[in-house]
Amino acid sequence: MDTAWAQASEIAAAVSDGRTSATAVVRAALARMAKHDRVLNAFTAVTEERALANAAAIDAERARGRRLGALAGVPFAVKNLFDIAGLATLAGSKINRDRAPAARDATVIARLEAHGAVLVGALNMGEYAYDFTGENVHDGASRNPHDVNRMTGGSSGGSGGAVAGGLVPIALGSDTNGSIRVPASLCGIFGLKPTYGRLSRAHTFPFVASLDHVGPLARSAHDLALAYDAMQGHDDDDPVCAQRPVEAVAPLLARCSEGLRIAIAGGYFRAGVSAQAQTALARVAAALGVTNEIELPEAKRARAAAYVITASEGGALHLGRLRTRGRDFDPAVRDRLIAGAMIPAAHVAKAQKFRRWYRERVLALFAHVDAVLAPATPCTAPAIGQRTFVLDGVELPVRANLGIYTQPISFIGLPVVAVPVPLQPLPIGVQIVAAPWREDVALRIAHALEQAGIVAATRPSLAGAE
Amino acid sequence: MLPKRGRKTANRDPLDSFVDAAAHALDLKIEPAWKGAVKTNLEVTLALAALFADFPLPDDAEPAPVFAA
Repeated sequence: MDTAWAQASEIAAAVSDGRTSATAVVRAALARMAKHDRVLNAFTAVTEERALANAAAIDAERARGRRLGALAGVPFAVKNLFDIAGLATLAGSKINRDRAPAARDATVIARLEAHGAVLVGALNMGEYAYDFTGENVHDGASRNPHDVNRMTGGSSGGSGGAVAGGLVPIALGSDTNGSIRVPASLCGIFGLKPTYGRLSRAHTFPFVASLDHVGPLARSAHDLALAYDAMQGHDDDDPVCAQRPVEAVAPLLARCSEGLRIAIAGGYFRAGVSAQAQTALARVAAALGVTNEIELPEAKRARAAAYVITASEGGALHLGRLRTRGRDFDPAVRDRLIAGAMIPAAHVAKAQKFRRWYRERVLALFAHVDAVLAPATPCTAPAIGQRTFVLDGVELPVRANLGIYTQPISFIGLPVVAVPVPLQPLPIGVQIVAAPWREDVALRIAHALEQAGIVAATRPSLAGAE
Repeated sequence: MLPKRGRKTANRDPLDSFVDAAAHALDLKIEPAWKGAVKTNLEVTLALAALFADFPLPDDAEPAPVFAA
């Protein structure tokens, strides 16, 4: 079995029926990581001993005749802001290397493992998640498997590179303003940012408490759904995690987009878009038969308010470290955080009031549509080290502006699936945005597009057959 | 202590003074080499804040995060 490019569902089925073993799958993943990560730089830690022990335990369960989980033997890795028992939680920083090893795993890691998935390591990320590039001055840049001289996008850069490069079929990332959707777009894979409060963030290193989400990246909508379903459920350890039952989506995917009302986001989401992003959006819209546009009111102001809240909460979170360890930050992150700590409180309070106004207006749109399509990034992957790009005739910093189309969506916690459109030479993503708690709608549409051959995670030459 | 009057001080960008005062208030030591980037980032953020600062909302508009006792 070619596990480098197999779906998680295929791996789990093969392990469950004995065509392969969890140990063989995990050993193959570890071998791929050893071979390709020298180039991709996706991993910052490999949990080999733990992975092999867990894989052996799964194989022993099968030998005893026990029924295995939906993710049996599926290797996965997590952005290094998720706690992993025994490792310091880096959150992409130098400073956190001094932290004590985590005493336990993040809740979502434990839940994936409870369904048979096997953690194989921790992944590179932009420092303290304040990043859209996937670059990191301490660990080096994550590299895009489709062109290793280009960015993965961030801040979940290693998550994008590890999945797109065929090292693991599933990775976890976090998304405050777009940090799952941006790397999914630039690396040509699927990413799910669930509704704010849907998945537990317990035992992860925070960035902006009122905007932080966690979610999976994968090479198919079905694998996203499997991972998402395994991680659902309330968690007392995260005060934001909603009191909702598990609402499994994987069994619903076959319904595809039947009966769903879909529109394209107009106005703000049409400005500054590259030809590639326009082509991707047009292909997706045409496949779904969507022609009508809908305006998310004041999206430009929404993006601005998300930016201000992020800077302010981020600056406040790191103020103590900025006082004592300023030289140990990535300068590009430090100087943004310092500026964020200085923002007058009046602006932050107004941003939070505006946020509720915007939420009410956008939610009203969902009386008329079930999902909205929007670009995920304004362009395909920029070169590593590229500082600026031109959007709508204006030269802007890459680091702060790759997420201009993702920020107005996560600002009000809407669930989004980023789907990859396989353009040449580089892929680019489209966002499928749904109403709160309707991840099923976005995942069904993603699955429909995949079945129609419009979106797909294409295999880079780097991830050649084993 | 008040700054000495002089041409340099008189022409100083008020945002430079704000950065210095805010750093003092926050007990943050900003190295001279960092100041330009801090100021630039603050300028960008304040410009974005200006986009919604005057957006008309009623006095009783509720902020997004709601505390539950």
